[in-house]
Amino acid sequence: MVERTVTILNKKGLHTRPAATLVKTAAKFQSELSIRKDSLVINGKSIIGVMTLAAEQGSTLTLRLEGPDENEAAEALVDLFARKFDEE
Amino acid sequence: MDDAISAGQEIILKGIAAAPGIAFGPAYVYSKQVPVVREKSLTPDEVPVEIQRLRTANARADKELQKIHAFAEQKLGAQNAKIFEAQIMILADEILMGEIEKRITRELKNAEFIVADEISKYKRLMLAAPDEYMHERAHDVDDVMNRIIRNIQDQKLFSRLEGESIIISENLAPADTVIFSRNQILGYAMDLGGVTSHAAILSRSLKIPAVVGMRTATTTIRTGDSIAIDGYAGFLFVNPTEDTVRALVRKQQRFREFEERLVDIADLTADTQDRKHIELSANIEFVEEIAFARSQGTAGVGLFRTESQLIGRPDYPSEEEQYTAYKAVADGVFPHPVIFRTFDVGGDKLSPDSPHEANPFLGWRGIRVLLDRPELFLEQLRGILRASTQKNVRIMFPMVTTVQEIRQAKDLLLQAKKDLDSRGISYDKGIKIGVMIEVPAAAILAEQFAAEIDFLSIGTNDLIQYLLAVDRDNNAVASLYQQFNPAVLRTIKNVIDAGHKRGAWVGMCGEMAGDPLATVLLVGMGIDELSVAPIVLPEIKKVILSIRQKDAKRVAEKVLAMTHDQEIREYLSSVIRNKVPDIPLDLDQTTGP
Repeated sequence: MVERTVTILNKKGLHTRPAATLVKTAAKFQSELSIRKDSLVINGKSIIGVMTLAAEQGSTLTLRLEGPDENEAAEALVDLFARKFDEE
Repeated sequence: MDDAISAGQEIILKGIAAAPGIAFGPAYVYSKQVPVVREKSLTPDEVPVEIQRLRTANARADKELQKIHAFAEQKLGAQNAKIFEAQIMILADEILMGEIEKRITRELKNAEFIVADEISKYKRLMLAAPDEYMHERAHDVDDVMNRIIRNIQDQKLFSRLEGESIIISENLAPADTVIFSRNQILGYAMDLGGVTSHAAILSRSLKIPAVVGMRTATTTIRTGDSIAIDGYAGFLFVNPTEDTVRALVRKQQRFREFEERLVDIADLTADTQDRKHIELSANIEFVEEIAFARSQGTAGVGLFRTESQLIGRPDYPSEEEQYTAYKAVADGVFPHPVIFRTFDVGGDKLSPDSPHEANPFLGWRGIRVLLDRPELFLEQLRGILRASTQKNVRIMFPMVTTVQEIRQAKDLLLQAKKDLDSRGISYDKGIKIGVMIEVPAAAILAEQFAAEIDFLSIGTNDLIQYLLAVDRDNNAVASLYQQFNPAVLRTIKNVIDAGHKRGAWVGMCGEMAGDPLATVLLVGMGIDELSVAPIVLPEIKKVILSIRQKDAKRVAEKVLAMTHDQEIREYLSSVIRNKVPDIPLDLDQTTGP
């Protein structure tokens, strides 16, 4: 199991488009992904779940990955957040 | 009311004409009712069938949404079609659907119950968030949930109905445009709404008759009732009598003949017979409307409502995004001019944490919001400036009340120009600017305003409401909204004179500009430009071509001496009948279109 903390850098937060990118990226890996924001935990491969996060710029999320490729998945996702989902 | 209808009696409903035309057909009452979800227990061997029902419903819902999305993209533009993408993605959410299927198996409950229960969880979380954007997403979630449930229940959707119908509905949100994706629609009637609503715009571009503001249509009419719709005068006839039908058919004939002749004048410029040129342009808000406006014979765009840039998105469009959109419009209209009106919205659209207003009509909107948010104003100004390289762009500021506001706006425009200079980006350095005259203070100070800018545009819709203290959507007083109220006419005359005194040209972009009854009067009062809904353009041009400004001036003098709205209407009707005898005017309208 691997846990990483990420921050939303995007000005517009995690709206529909980056949410879709996040889910698509997570889907490439076998590992389970759960995302926690404050007390809310959702499945990171579910678009409706990620939409519910309502994460605005500056908010911190905890990614938890569990599976055979958890390290690669973690790297890819952390990088995605750092790249602002290639939006800006 | 039920007795009357079942007894076959004719019922006449009056509302607002939104899109011209006459049609006859059966009603289809479209209601956005939440489907009733029933909880049923299953036996284990009923589970596989139930799961199949769910999957089939999901596939149907996806097909529906794909169609709506494609249609919305075509008719309302890619920007507006985006609002359906969230729903489409949710349908494809394997985790969500997988969980629903697992729960059906585990809890032995029927599909619609689990769907409602599971998806509602997410909906509630979204509604609990503070921002407007999440509430809109909650709407999407709600919509897709109901769509799945409706398909599970195998409810007869409109798509399965045979034949053509006249749609009766309470309201039409962009997400409801599904009913327009069928080509069997003869007409449309709405309980709420106004002539600038999406439904009206769509009806006009699809050239089907529409009436709005009917108030009681959905409660009076039932699916299957025989309906006649008069989109010229704003009437709906339930169980029309033979006499009514005959009269409407004759009216339809008259209008058709007139409209056919109008095609011939599309290419002519709107000059009076004594060669006074009137700039006749179009009011639009989507770049997709330009083609239709052109075919109707427009000289340009007298009002481009930029608010369309703000629809269905959680954030403010960037300078780059705005520039791209405005450039498309400017290029599409070239060589004719286009006037971009800066964002005319309530403060809540641009600043989600703004406090709730008890009286938004007298509140934080129009230029007030932009001047309080200069960083947003500058982005829009830069976007518009960059689109002005072909020198056919003008800028107009809404809801201006003081000279100081104009000066502040001009300062910001200068700042925007300097910014573009430092970035080496080109624009029209001599770009013309104007203001909307819609607040009474602006009408009174028109001369002072005219000294600051290049043109004035009279926004009669709001001006009349403020001047007469009437909310036109308030049924109790809607009849007091009088376009030809002497106070309104004198105000307009004063604005025109004041503008001219200071070398500014004066135009009109409110609904009054598109009322053929007012054309002679306005020309006589000296109006330089009329910007109208594309659908009425040919009619207005026909009037202009049929008169001399000399005569129009005398008409105006006579009217300005009158004291009664009704008297003025009757006189202007007789003038029009005289000058344009074949114009099929309705004299029995109690409130103007």
